[in-house]
Amino acid sequence: MAAPDDLLLDVRNLRITAAAGAVLVDDVSFTLAPGEVIGLIGESGAGKSTIGLAALGHVRPGCLIAGGSICLGGREVLAASEKARRALRGREIAYVAQSAAASFNPSIRIGAQVIEAPVVAGQLGKAAGTEKAEGLFTELDLPAFGSFGRKYPHEASGGQLQRAMAAMAMIGGPRVLVFDEPTTALDVTTQVDVLAAFRRVLREFGCAAIYITHDIAVVSQMADKIIVLRGGRMVEAGPTNAILTDPKESYTRELVRTRRSDDAQGAGPDGSGEPVLSVRDVEAIYGSHKVLHGVSVDLPPRSITAVVGESGSGKSTLARCIVGLMAPSGGEIRFSGETLAGYASQRTALQLRRIQLIHQNPDMALNPRQTVLKTIARPLEVFQGLRGSRVREEVARLLAQTELPESLIDRPTSRLSGGQKQRVCIARALAAKPDLLICDEVTASLDQLVADGILDLLRKIRDTASILFISHDLGTVRRLADRLIVMKSGEIVERDTPANIFSNPRHPYTSELLSSVPEPRTDWLTEVLAERAKAEHAKIREDHR
Amino acid sequence: MSNAAIDTGLRRRFARLPLLQRISLVVIVIYAIVVVFGPLLAPYGETETVGSAYEPSSVDFLLGTDNLGRDMLSRIIYGARNTIGLALAISVLSFVVGVSTGLWAAISGGVVDQLLSRAVDVIIAIPKLIFALLILSIAGTSSISLVLTVALLDAPRMFRVSRAAAGNILVMDFIEVARLRNESRVWILFHDVLPNIASVILTELGLRFSYVFLFISALGFLGLGIQPPSADWGTMVRENAALISFGLMTPIIPAVAIGLLTMSVNFLIDSASDRGSELDD
Repeated sequence: MAAPDDLLLDVRNLRITAAAGAVLVDDVSFTLAPGEVIGLIGESGAGKSTIGLAALGHVRPGCLIAGGSICLGGREVLAASEKARRALRGREIAYVAQSAAASFNPSIRIGAQVIEAPVVAGQLGKAAGTEKAEGLFTELDLPAFGSFGRKYPHEASGGQLQRAMAAMAMIGGPRVLVFDEPTTALDVTTQVDVLAAFRRVLREFGCAAIYITHDIAVVSQMADKIIVLRGGRMVEAGPTNAILTDPKESYTRELVRTRRSDDAQGAGPDGSGEPVLSVRDVEAIYGSHKVLHGVSVDLPPRSITAVVGESGSGKSTLARCIVGLMAPSGGEIRFSGETLAGYASQRTALQLRRIQLIHQNPDMALNPRQTVLKTIARPLEVFQGLRGSRVREEVARLLAQTELPESLIDRPTSRLSGGQKQRVCIARALAAKPDLLICDEVTASLDQLVADGILDLLRKIRDTASILFISHDLGTVRRLADRLIVMKSGEIVERDTPANIFSNPRHPYTSELLSSVPEPRTDWLTEVLAERAKAEHAKIREDHR
Repeated sequence: MSNAAIDTGLRRRFARLPLLQRISLVVIVIYAIVVVFGPLLAPYGETETVGSAYEPSSVDFLLGTDNLGRDMLSRIIYGARNTIGLALAISVLSFVVGVSTGLWAAISGGVVDQLLSRAVDVIIAIPKLIFALLILSIAGTSSISLVLTVALLDAPRMFRVSRAAAGNILVMDFIEVARLRNESRVWILFHDVLPNIASVILTELGLRFSYVFLFISALGFLGLGIQPPSADWGTMVRENAALISFGLMTPIIPAVAIGLLTMSVNFLIDSASDRGSELDD
């Protein structure tokens, strides 16, 4: 069947299965007109990346396109030979991966990698490729190709690499681009610039695109149409505005709602009583690089204090100093009246028990060769001296508290889902009966709805322990925290209740951070960019006076 | 689990192996039977002279006789005991020494790690065969000195593999969690590190076994391995090497015995490590 001439990509009844038989993508159809951007949105496992790759005629090893058709510019991709598909990639359709840092070859200069494909394919000469790359770099707001192209990937920032990756995809002059979560690994402040660059270059070259993300607010900035996927099936599809303002399905409503619900927490308990933890003028140094410059924080009992800031702001270092994984080079950390020693090994068992850390990535924080029982039992044995059948009872109780089914108790931790793993980590921390829980980006690697469940759980834990919640996601923090601390370059720039900070940010960095959080409406990015341009103009004018 | 269940479980596992691995497994089992029941299977004694020298194969001597008129088949069977037994003893010793020092270096870090690692570099830098010849010609060629020497030369390889594997695990967050409980190093090694590197180091053990086996055969060929009149495949190749120029197959037999075992072990390890890495993913 030939697609009408005005359609670039026509995907019909696509069905992809794993070799073992599981259906990954079922009955997905959509079309893409020239210059149109379509957003695929869903949780992990929804099949969005699988569909994106299938558009390039590629499936991951172990997967199989079991049915349907994919027409690219009127040609059936699935019927084409692998050689013919290779010829399409880069010229007709190209791919921008999630982690540019992992996708670039670290030992080859960026410029060489950007122009490599069309040059090797004989599509462009080296000089023509360089010329084209120069144009693209300017368009994407990257430094000049001559200097930046000579850098190695590790010398560039994450946002720059992601844009260089887009240049690499654009260089063959494709008519369709597939973006696979291209800004997920970036800070919100960087994300704004990268999104703006992507949007400009798509419009400039009239490219159509498939934009894959789990963040409905991000996709609203890019896409004309949105397809909501769940478990490999299309839940809902429609123009972006209609999906945002009038979602038909309850699942879509939930996705939009969690991004919208911006009612900030009240101040919660007013912080009366002796602070549990008191950090005074703490400084920390990595090698010769100072990462904390005199940070002071008081954590009141039974409250959630959130620390936000972009990567490199020192928020994780602060956490590592508090738990004793790193010794501060100056200042003092007092915990219920006692000064804490620098390293955990010098602290008393009681101090260790009362401060517990929950890591960002539950995959790395659990020993994959241990069962849930053993994982949670160890702190019970070490800190509470429990033995025998009482251990199992207590583990069962902790599983119930963290809303995990008791049937998981004998399962190896490697066979849990991401959300379940993080709950096991929380249960392991709770087993120590802590007074202070340090949560280091605990929801960063989880899907939105799963993360919401974890946040609900933390809110319940607040009744028994004080929580220090480290995050780069202001949306999450706004709904959770009683008080908020904003960090930048190793210093605290602002502290207040979330309500006050969100309504009236005093520090310019806080305003920038706040305005960078994507909102689920289509004109958000345009507004932010316009506002920033205006502020920039005002500043320049001021400087001139 | 009942015996029958274990039995069908094993049978199913065996059936799932690729053909090459199945053959390898059968070969290894035959070798194991020969090692265990050697004296019962051998038609003659290990050092008994039963015929004239260099007899071709006949009904009495299935594989012929060697340079002194001893039965080749009996020598091969006894040689399996000596050579494989020695190789096993050496690999296990080098495994224990190498892995324990490797883990110790990995978890200690700093000066301990530097000292051990540089010492290992020095040992590895010296060609193994020359080093072994040197030590053995000074210390003599008793079984004990043979085991100690070759194990010492082989342990650095085990050290490196286990240190690197442990290093990958020690940076994981669950190690941090254990450290924040002030767990002892021994607890961390046995509960958090060893279970996660077991497949890697056991694979390495199998691989090292075939290298050790080849190495002592080479030493035997050079006259510094197991001493006559004890049968040893490497020595047997050398003793009968002259025959190769007369087109007789006698020296080939022990050589084939060596090759067959090392290849089988390697094939089997190969598939085991493939599946091990799948499990890790």
